[in-house]
Amino acid sequence: MSQTKISELRLDQVSREFGGVRALDGLDLTITGGEFVALLGPSGCGKSTALNCLAGLLPLTGGTITLDDRRIDTLQPEQRGFGMVFQNYALFPHMSVRSNIGFGLRMAKVPKGDARRRVEEALTLVQLTEHADKFPAQLSGGQQQRVAIARAIVLEPPLVLMDEPLSNLDAKLRLEMRTEIKRIHQTLGLTTIYVTHDQEEALSLADRLVLLRKGRVQQIGSPEHVYTEPANRFVAGFMGYRNELELPVGSVNEKTVVLDGLGAGGLTGVRRDDLGERAVAAIRPEDFTVGAGPNATEVTVEVVEYQGREQAIQARTDDGVDLHLRAGTRLAPGDRVTVSVPPERVLVFAAESPAAPEEVA
Amino acid sequence: MASSAVASPRIALRHRLAERGVDRTLLLLLPAVVFVVALFIYPFVYGLQLSFQPQPGSEAVNRYGSGPFADYRNFFADPYLRDTIWTTLKIGLPAALFNVLASVPIAYRMRGRFRGKRTITTILVVPITLGTVLTAEGLLAFMGPTGWFNRILMDVGIVDHPVRLTHNYWGVVFSLVITGFPFAFLLTLSYLTGIDPTLERAASTLGANWFQRFRHITLPLLAPGLAITFCLSFVLAFSVFPSAIMVGEPARQTRVISIAAFHAAFEQYDYSMASAIAMIMGAVELIVIGLVLGWRARLYRGATGGKG
Amino acid sequence: MTTLTEAPPAAEEKAPRRVALRPGAWIVWGAVVFFLLILLGVVGAVVIDSFGTKWFGGWLPKGWTTHWYGTTWKEFDLGSVLTVTLEVAIAVVVVSVIVGVPAAYALARRDFPGKRVLMVAFLLPILIPPITYGVPLATVLYKFHLAGRLSGVILANLVPAVPFVILVMTPFIEQIDPKIEAAARMCGAKTWVIFTRILGPLLIPGMLAAAILVLVRTVGMFELTFLTAGADSQTLVVALYYSVSAAGIRAQQEIDAMAVIYTLSMLVLLVAALRFVNPTQLVTQIKERD
Repeated sequence: MSQTKISELRLDQVSREFGGVRALDGLDLTITGGEFVALLGPSGCGKSTALNCLAGLLPLTGGTITLDDRRIDTLQPEQRGFGMVFQNYALFPHMSVRSNIGFGLRMAKVPKGDARRRVEEALTLVQLTEHADKFPAQLSGGQQQRVAIARAIVLEPPLVLMDEPLSNLDAKLRLEMRTEIKRIHQTLGLTTIYVTHDQEEALSLADRLVLLRKGRVQQIGSPEHVYTEPANRFVAGFMGYRNELELPVGSVNEKTVVLDGLGAGGLTGVRRDDLGERAVAAIRPEDFTVGAGPNATEVTVEVVEYQGREQAIQARTDDGVDLHLRAGTRLAPGDRVTVSVPPERVLVFAAESPAAPEEVA
Repeated sequence: MASSAVASPRIALRHRLAERGVDRTLLLLLPAVVFVVALFIYPFVYGLQLSFQPQPGSEAVNRYGSGPFADYRNFFADPYLRDTIWTTLKIGLPAALFNVLASVPIAYRMRGRFRGKRTITTILVVPITLGTVLTAEGLLAFMGPTGWFNRILMDVGIVDHPVRLTHNYWGVVFSLVITGFPFAFLLTLSYLTGIDPTLERAASTLGANWFQRFRHITLPLLAPGLAITFCLSFVLAFSVFPSAIMVGEPARQTRVISIAAFHAAFEQYDYSMASAIAMIMGAVELIVIGLVLGWRARLYRGATGGKG
Repeated sequence: MTTLTEAPPAAEEKAPRRVALRPGAWIVWGAVVFFLLILLGVVGAVVIDSFGTKWFGGWLPKGWTTHWYGTTWKEFDLGSVLTVTLEVAIAVVVVSVIVGVPAAYALARRDFPGKRVLMVAFLLPILIPPITYGVPLATVLYKFHLAGRLSGVILANLVPAVPFVILVMTPFIEQIDPKIEAAARMCGAKTWVIFTRILGPLLIPGMLAAAILVLVRTVGMFELTFLTAGADSQTLVVALYYSVSAAGIRAQQEIDAMAVIYTLSMLVLLVAALRFVNPTQLVTQIKERD
């Protein structure tokens, strides 16, 4: 397959207002050709706005978008030549699978024979060859999503935009399609921007994550970087640091900090912000271990959820602090156990910094 | 950068307009707007203005001079004209009320799915499509002194002499019920099916019997829809015209306001008087609708849980 | 059904209530059957009479004939009346769809200042009875010498027809996902192509429904046609009205024969309409769940 490679897509202070509210506030982002970038954040963070601005479906209120030194933010969506996969697929219900996929080729006036060959290739790629003459209503959700993906990539666009493409699928299918998207990206190497609110999806698919909150970028980095070193409390909360313990600050060193009130020796962690009198310690449930160790504290088990190999535990310290943790051994409500966590896995942020919203934790 | 700075105020205005939904798509509205303005609003305003310019030589001018309100004064002073309001209300309100009230229990019983529902609704559409003229014609034959209806009543022995059911008040009411009831019924039925049936099931798990369920769950959710149904039924009944002439007694008992308007316009050629009557007719109707909608505004009008 | 042991009063009430519920059902079904019988009588009386030779009292006419259909066709010049009816109906349908559908699209897709006012302006011609605005409308049409002619009848009938198309089409367009249009744009389709290749085919069922509903309403519309028609621009329903009100000159059977012709043409339209729309939709735009 011939490939429409781009070398660089640059977003410069891209902004979008809705009735005075800044849905997207000065997004700076440079994407290199072939990259898979995920825009991640809770609903209302501006990620879909950013995608629609890129697609041209929403005009910008400020900033520029340049593709290989060509300014594109003034172009109409149909002139940009990007592919897009929509959350609800947005397949043309009156066209067969084949015509849906071939629609863009027809618009681009690609010669018939060439177009037919490319549609067949795309059908093979998404494994829908035998369903080519069906209509969207006759397909399952997963198959519809494959058609939507094929329709978006058949033109081999310089940029593929995906707007929460898996959120309408059930859990099992979502995992399958995730692998599928990854495979297609590896095969074609098309530059892709992927919007999602599911951090697991973003971590597993993307080369780079962009975390957004209220229209502003919180952190840009590789999945590993964002996962292990969240830039702030919001990112931490969003990346699965479910324990956010607000405690008084004991002693502060250059890199580390000791907080009072958890265990006998206090809670030692990594300092990530300038701290006042109180601070928030962010800890992942899976970083706790049951048994003695650093930062040890005694807790009473309150709620046990069976989750296969592990148990998700909610426990309470004697001071009344609730902890979420995971345990491989069997525990029952009422058990008294000691838990510990390595100091480098305790991230301490300023108490005033904004937290991630509840529902995504 | 410089070019974008120059272009920005213009773009900003377009943005601001687009953000409020104003863009070229709205041009698609233009033909329809021109249409409504030219053929509905303009005639209405023209008629309103005409109603304040009494026609020289007309009865109203002879009696009340050529002041702007002569036609209106004439209307309200002349019992033959004024009483058309009461005549119309006396026919329209009971007919509309009956249609709505009768359709509630029937629609409530038929709200579920059953075999033959589509057949029944289809049959009920027939009188609506046939319209008042044919219904009146049929009523004359069916309910007339020698019609089947009186014949049955006499054969069964309920009456000795044919009951007079046409060419009077009852003939018009019957014709309004025959065309108006199916309309009210279908409307009520569609409002009822829009109410999520699980709400009633939820109420029954809480111990409510069918009457309590109807009284406390269905009726409050249905009430706003019933208000609309009543308004539309009333509009239909209020504008009764052909049947008032054909099966009524257009000179006296069923001289409704639309007959008065028609009479002024096309028999006396007094267009200003006709316009005045039309305006009064519109005003009376809007008052009734306004009262009903005012009552409706005090009801719960949110989602009814249905997916339709 | 409910087995709430802690509520014995409800259980006690249960037995008599179930018995009381039965007559309710009977009354309701009885009322429906009674209504349908009356309906049958009203239509049947007209049909039977139109085929009868003489019918003075008695359950049925003395003899049977189709003679009246021939005479009524000639006497009332029904050939040209039907032609006028058809011309008016088709013109109204075509114009109202062409004018109404784009407006419905704009109303379905955009929220703009003044939208509510506009919606009310579009609703009023349907809410206000035709006689109320028909009188001033006819006055204006006579002033411009449009009334009394075919064009006047068509214009008058368009007044409720255009808003009706808008009312039917707006929810229909609303349920078409705007993302589909966005998807077509992303595939490189220009506005014109979106209208012809994407929206057009998707809107056809809705437009058919709207068109057939307007057709039924226009053929059945008495008041506006009555107020604006001249001698050679009468539709069937108006001709029927005149023949009834001029009764005495013509044999009753002739009038009934005409009524049957009218009924038949309406029923043909109705059957055609019901192929595309739900009966409920003929009176309301609220969609019944199926």
